[in-house]
Amino acid sequence: MKKIIVPIALLTILFTTTIVIGDDDSYGKKEHSEKGYFKRFFGTKLDVAPVKNALYKEECGSCHFAYQPGLLPERSWKKMMANLENHFDENAELDTDTLKTLTTYLTRNSADKSNYKRSRKIMNSLSKNQVPLRITETPYFIRKHDEIPKRVVKNNPKLGSFSKCAACHTKADKGSYDEDEINIPGIGRWED
Amino acid sequence: MKTKLFIVLVLTTASNNLMANATSQMFDEYRKDGVTVFNTDAGKTLWNKQFKNKKTGKPQNCASCHGSDLTQDGKHVRTGKKISPMALSANPKRYTDVKKIKKWFKRNCKWTIGRECNAQEQADILSYLIKQ
Repeated sequence: MKKIIVPIALLTILFTTTIVIGDDDSYGKKEHSEKGYFKRFFGTKLDVAPVKNALYKEECGSCHFAYQPGLLPERSWKKMMANLENHFDENAELDTDTLKTLTTYLTRNSADKSNYKRSRKIMNSLSKNQVPLRITETPYFIRKHDEIPKRVVKNNPKLGSFSKCAACHTKADKGSYDEDEINIPGIGRWED
Repeated sequence: MKTKLFIVLVLTTASNNLMANATSQMFDEYRKDGVTVFNTDAGKTLWNKQFKNKKTGKPQNCASCHGSDLTQDGKHVRTGKKISPMALSANPKRYTDVKKIKKWFKRNCKWTIGRECNAQEQADILSYLIKQ
């Protein structure tokens, strides 16, 4: 009996894998349930490398969403980390050691060094001399959000700003910004 | 059951000790800086005192982010990010790390008041907060 079960199991695995490969590219348009099922088994194809650095999560993520390093180029992170005393009009000073460690983490994982989809798209949208300090200023970000009416984000009393990625992108903290996963406070799902 | 109770006891004592260690280290440092009285009332007053935002001119105080009920979560005034309660009674993890206490005093005094808090001010605020 065992002799039969093993090949069947192997065949099943092979078969499922084939479907997944086919499913993976057509993101956004397939049945959500099916996608969720496969994602859980074979891992999500992420848009940006997720943050795994505990120090970064703690130091930067206690005041705002811990933006993935792959959302801005190295030159942006360097500029930002050199002026934490005035961090978008807030004081975000760090001690010398922490500053050094986090700057290294950010620059090593920046968008220009990443192969993840959104990182590449952000980089491609920037000209070489652009040093954006806000992700929301990158042409790719603007293009992806330009169809959203004011009432949905800017004038939405529950939001007010595009800076709170995770407020709408429910899996942003995992590095996933899939359109299917959007849930806008007070509005709900969103498709363009 | 006994084991569970024991574990809970050990954990509670451990976290109490951590808090006591960190805060007593802070108070020792304040004493070295010449502070003799830790005034919880003065701490409360400073905590609630309004200051003008340098750029917008709008009034702001500690409660702008931490909320007026210290046993409840606060909300960062700019980013909306949740801030866990400042009251020790509601959040025993507070004040267990000297480095953190110093970091946040520095940052948040600079933002709220526009300068660093001196040893007396820190001593007052800390003694007020750990009694909440």
